[in-house]
Amino acid sequence: MNFIPPDFAPASSEIFMLIMVCIVMLADLTAGENKRYLAYLLTQITLLGCAFLTFLSFSTATHQTFSGMFVDDTMADILKMMVYGTVSAVLIYSHAYISDRGMLRGEFFSLILFATLGMMVMISASHFLTLYIGLELLSLSLYALIALRRDSVIATEAAMKFFVLGALASGFLLYGMSMVYGATGTLHISQLAQIIQSEASSKEVLVVGLVFIVAGISFKLSAAPFHMWAPDVYQGAPTAVTLFLGSAPKLAAFGFVMRLLVEGMGEMVADWQGMLVILAVMSMAIGNIAAIAQTNIKRMLAYSTISHMGFLLLGFISADSNGYSSALFYVIAYILMTLGTFAMIMLLCRSGFEAENIVDFKGLSKRNSWYAFITLLLMFSLAGIPPMIGFYAKLAVLQAVVNAGYVWLAVAAVLLSLIGAFYYLRIIKLMYFDEPDTNEPILPNSDVKILLSANGFAVLALGIFPQALMGLSLYAIQNSM
Amino acid sequence: MSFEFPLLSLIIWLPIVFGIAVFATGNDRNAQLARWISLAGSVLGLLVAIPLYTSFDSATSAMQFVENHVWFERFNVNYHIGVDGISMPLILLNCFITPLVVIAGWEVIKERVSQYMGAFLVMSGIINGVFAALDAVLFYAFWEASLIPMFLIIGMWGGPNRVYAAIKFFLYTLLGSLLMLIAFIYLYQSSGGSFSIQDYHRLTIPLTPQILIFIAFLLAFAVKVPMWPVHTWLPDAHVEAPTGGSVVLAAILLKLGGYGFLRFSLPIAPDASHYLANTMVVLSLIAVVYIGLIALMQADMKKLIAYSSVAHMGFVTLGFFLLNAYGIEGAMVQMISHGFISGAMFLCVGVLYDRLHSRQIADYGGVVNKMPAFAAFFMLFAMANAGLPGTSGFVGEFMVIMGSIKVNFWYAFLAATTLIFGAAYTLWMYKRVIFGAVANPAVGGLEDISKREFALLAILAISVLWIGVYPYPLTEVMHTTVDHLLIHVSNSKL
Repeated sequence: MNFIPPDFAPASSEIFMLIMVCIVMLADLTAGENKRYLAYLLTQITLLGCAFLTFLSFSTATHQTFSGMFVDDTMADILKMMVYGTVSAVLIYSHAYISDRGMLRGEFFSLILFATLGMMVMISASHFLTLYIGLELLSLSLYALIALRRDSVIATEAAMKFFVLGALASGFLLYGMSMVYGATGTLHISQLAQIIQSEASSKEVLVVGLVFIVAGISFKLSAAPFHMWAPDVYQGAPTAVTLFLGSAPKLAAFGFVMRLLVEGMGEMVADWQGMLVILAVMSMAIGNIAAIAQTNIKRMLAYSTISHMGFLLLGFISADSNGYSSALFYVIAYILMTLGTFAMIMLLCRSGFEAENIVDFKGLSKRNSWYAFITLLLMFSLAGIPPMIGFYAKLAVLQAVVNAGYVWLAVAAVLLSLIGAFYYLRIIKLMYFDEPDTNEPILPNSDVKILLSANGFAVLALGIFPQALMGLSLYAIQNSM
Repeated sequence: MSFEFPLLSLIIWLPIVFGIAVFATGNDRNAQLARWISLAGSVLGLLVAIPLYTSFDSATSAMQFVENHVWFERFNVNYHIGVDGISMPLILLNCFITPLVVIAGWEVIKERVSQYMGAFLVMSGIINGVFAALDAVLFYAFWEASLIPMFLIIGMWGGPNRVYAAIKFFLYTLLGSLLMLIAFIYLYQSSGGSFSIQDYHRLTIPLTPQILIFIAFLLAFAVKVPMWPVHTWLPDAHVEAPTGGSVVLAAILLKLGGYGFLRFSLPIAPDASHYLANTMVVLSLIAVVYIGLIALMQADMKKLIAYSSVAHMGFVTLGFFLLNAYGIEGAMVQMISHGFISGAMFLCVGVLYDRLHSRQIADYGGVVNKMPAFAAFFMLFAMANAGLPGTSGFVGEFMVIMGSIKVNFWYAFLAATTLIFGAAYTLWMYKRVIFGAVANPAVGGLEDISKREFALLAILAISVLWIGVYPYPLTEVMHTTVDHLLIHVSNSKL
């Protein structure tokens, strides 16, 4: 029997990443206590290298490898590039925070890179098993990252909760996948679509499987009613980790939904459409209403995430490239805003002081008017007020929803986002209308200063000129369908 | 006149650029610099707007000074701006009010001057954008963006209850606008992928969707105008806002709602407009009569003027939905004149408030003994507010009453009661504040208006009298456009 080695080229960035994770771990092991900076630098270099490799392999054609278990297409490349960028920004933002809290160790960076690798595998998966491996690699790294401050009770509790619920969700997903396998006899996503199309499989079993798969997806997206973990984990995790788990994995989750529901089970759109409608409306309602009652900023942002994920799901309902690209645009906009917001929270933290509560934003405009202004842009963007990017993201999604004939859903979505506007306004109120409790100056490093300013500016500038990003989203989707 | 020169863009972006420059002056050490830059910006903004009037061709109803560039192709959105006889006077009004607001805040605002002045300049540019936009997304972006500076102005420089007022203002207006956004998206679908407002004017729509679209627009514009019963944010916002904020709110922001009816509701949903015209007229008459009575009972001067604004804007919506030339032109004149009068009234209250830090009528009395020049100006504006012939307040109201008598005698009868109620609440307040014995010892120490305040009030007084005596230059520019609009509205789009 001849062994034919698979084509490694489409997976070159994943392989590079894996090698580099090992190098980061070894380098940190051998480097002394005073050379912790090395791991950070190596991590950034890894991300840069991956970006380079992905860029090199970029083409509009679709390449499959590893017996069709792994796929490299335009959407995967674009999503991966965004993942690298997001993770890199996360590291820059959280560098000062983690070094103040003694977390600047090799574990932090290698776990982040493992999680990133998991996301990359998820994005490129064309087989249920690959998808699952990627998802578990991401989830397990996240459990460990949350529990990284092992002497913190609240962090340990969050990690425990996330782990138990996450395992349950994975169980759901696997159960759903096994049902789909039972009905169709394949785990290949592309074959799956063909078999469903030929109606050679039992519809009942498929639908039951679909329900479990959608439940698993909802958990990963933190869409209601599978959202319970999000507020506790967001609050309990160190803010740097919250930033990480609230940003890049959403891109992977988008890829996950695209691969599973759209590519694999696109023929069953009539079945999952209705489920997504319920999930979206519940998420927007629960997220927006519960966020009002929060006093902890991280919990509030967790609920805000839930509502945004509801909005994101709306993009899938129209089940065409217009809707999917709107959803992708929404994810990108959401990540930009999340990055900036959590970076602001970490900026307000000092060694020995955690900015946890909404009132920590009090009087920010008097303490530092520039950062207050950036937060103002971010908050109005989250609330969907033009000319910030958040508005165009909402516009794109709503347009897809109305296009699909769900005008009532669009009306419900805007009314619920009106409720959401209230708690974003409250942050602005605290920053601009109230007096500060402390006059301690805010002194970020220059890299954070530049990146945060660029981030805030991007929220405004990409809102005024959204064409490039919208075009990119459409390009990514159209070339992969 | 060259059509290539982007005059409208200049009118929109010049104040915004100056506003950013004012922000850049930073903290209060450079307050004086911030003031001068804002004055320069606002006066320049007015000067560049003058060619809009002088080069305006009042013989055509087509859009003029048009600029059309692709903004983003993904949804076929264009940077498409232009003016006609309806929007041009409103842009001029806005450019005219902005320098007055800057001057009004000159000495009064001492904290965070650059942010205050900058916010007003940016808002001025944004509002010009709302009036000039011919693309629905562009319009919506400007429309919502105008909320941001006003929210900050009320919240940062307002009175004791400013936070409540600012958030109520923002959420109330946002509620209406969001449904308008859905209407735009619906129109985008049914027009086959266009966000052009002029395409919407030509679009045929069945009656039921027309009514739904009308209602979505109505919520957006009725909140802005504000019409009864969605007016409750206005008194709160006015009372808490700083003087400049009140002036812009009453003089300009309310006009956005009125403008919306003329640009969107009537031409896009003409059949629904006819269908619902009686309802709209009744709502407007409730505003005129009932809110007039409420104004009578106010103990707070700003609140009284705020309610009087609601009543006067009731006249505007009444005029629109009479659907005849007198009604609509009268309503337009009323909008412009209300811009001058309400602005002037709020400035007058501001003058008193700056000295005594009270808005309560009961705290004053006998002010004429100490401030005769002020009392004279206030008298003029109070009379104009009551609709005295010879002032601008009379022209609009008279035209609307003429228009309503053609439709129904009782409409005219009820509308005309405003001349009684308006006189009653305005003059009664005037009497209690200005005349009588000096009730409050603090009134005895009042000083008459400064040169700055005199200049402000004099400019407004001239405007009020000018439109009152000779409204022709104003009605002339809007005449063709209004006629065209009426013809358009009388044709069914089913």
